Amino acid sequence: MAVKVFGFVGSNATYRVLASLYEKNVDFELVTVNMAAWEHKRPRFLARNPFGQVPAFEDGDVSLFESRAITKYVAEAYADKGTSLKSKDLKKSAIEGVWAEVEAQKFDPATAKLTWELFFKPLFGMTTDEAVVEEFSKKLEPVLDVYEARLTECKYLGGDSFSLADLHHLPNTQVLMGTKVKSQFDARPHVSAWAADILARPAWVKVTSLLPK
Amino acid sequence: MVVKVYGPAYASPKRVLVCLVEKEIEFETVPVDLIAGENLTPDYLKLQPFGSLPVIQDGDYTLFESRAIIRYYAEKYKSQGTDLLGKTLEEQGLVNQWLEVEAHNYHPPLYTLVLHTMFSGHMGVVRNEQVIKESEEKIGKVLDVYEDRLSKSKYLAGDFFSLADLSHLPFTNYLVGPVGKGYMIKERKHVSAWWDDISSRPSWLKVLEICK
Repeated sequence: MAVKVFGFVGSNATYRVLASLYEKNVDFELVTVNMAAWEHKRPRFLARNPFGQVPAFEDGDVSLFESRAITKYVAEAYADKGTSLKSKDLKKSAIEGVWAEVEAQKFDPATAKLTWELFFKPLFGMTTDEAVVEEFSKKLEPVLDVYEARLTECKYLGGDSFSLADLHHLPNTQVLMGTKVKSQFDARPHVSAWAADILARPAWVKVTSLLPK
Repeated sequence: MVVKVYGPAYASPKRVLVCLVEKEIEFETVPVDLIAGENLTPDYLKLQPFGSLPVIQDGDYTLFESRAIIRYYAEKYKSQGTDLLGKTLEEQGLVNQWLEVEAHNYHPPLYTLVLHTMFSGHMGVVRNEQVIKESEEKIGKVLDVYEDRLSKSKYLAGDFFSLADLSHLPFTNYLVGPVGKGYMIKERKHVSAWWDDISSRPSWLKVLEICK
C-alpha cells in the first residue's frame, strides 16, 4: 500500500493524521510502533523521525513526520478527493491557517497537559496532579472565550467550512469530553455546538472506532 | 496600500518582517509596547484576540500568528523574491515538517528560556534556575537532531533556504545574544555553519537595522 502511517491507537497525534486520511477517503496501512517496547527510540524508527515521536508517514517516496505537516500534505496532495480540508482561495486558506496555528500555539499546550493528567496518567496507573489540572484548566479558559466569540461569527474556526483548523482539535477534544474539562466546553454554547458537530463527523467516528473497547 | 506589521521590537514579528524583505514586499511597522500592556487594549484585541504579537493589516485583510502570516505571503508572492516554500509538493511537505519542528520542538523550550532570562519580572515570570537548566537541556537535544540533519542537508528542508530556516532567526538571535548561550550553536559544527549562513542574509541584517 502506498500510504503508511507509523503510529499507534492511543496516540493523539496519530489520530490527527488518520482523521485527514479518512476525510479524504485515502486508503492507508497503520503500522503499529510498539512504544511500550521503546521502539520509537530505536534507530529504525529514528530514521523516520529523528525526534523519536509518532506518527511518521510515507506516501510512495514521500516521507514526513509532524502530524500537522502530514495533514497539510494530505490536504494538498489529495485536494480533489473526499472532503475539502483547505480552501482553494488563498485569503480564505490563510485565515484557516491562522486558526490552525492557534490550535498549535494556544489550544494544544493547555489541552495536551490536561489529557495527560486526566486521561493518560490514570491509564498508566499514575496519579493525577490536581494542581497542574487547575493551572491548565485556567489557561484553557481565555482560549475557549476567544473560540466562543469566533464561533458566533462563523460556523467553523477557519471560516464557514470545516478545515484542518477544526480537524487538528479533534483528538484532544475527544479525550477531554470524557473528563471534567467537558464542563468548560459545555459552558459556552457555540464552542459546545462546534465540538459536538466535529466529533460527530463520520471520518472521526471511524478513527475512534479503532480504539480497543 | 502597504502591509502594516505590529510589534517590530519583539521577536515573533521579526519572523514576518524578514519574510517580507525576502519576498521584496513593502511594509510599515506599528510599535506595540508589551511592558506597558498595549497588546491588551480593546483596540488591539479586536485585531488579535489573544493579545499576542504580531498581527498584520493588509488593506482590510487581517492575519495573526507569525507562521500563518509567512506561509500566506510566501504563497501569495511565490513568483517574486526568494522562493521560501519549495517547488514541488514533496519539497513543500518537508518545509512544513521542519516548520512544525521549529514550532513544537525548538520554540517552546527556547521561549521559556527567553522569558526567564530576558523578561523576568515582567509578564508574570520570575526567574527560575531549574527551569532555565531544563530548558537548556531540551534545546540541546533538539540541536543535536539539527546537527545530524544539517550534516546531510545544507538547510533544514533541503538544499534551499526556506520558511523552516527563516522561522528560527528571531529567537535564536536572542539565544546567541542577550540570553548568552551562543556556545550551544557554536559547539555544533553544522548548526554553527547553518546559523552563520542564515543570520548573515541581507534580509535579516536589514530587519535588525530597521528595528534598532
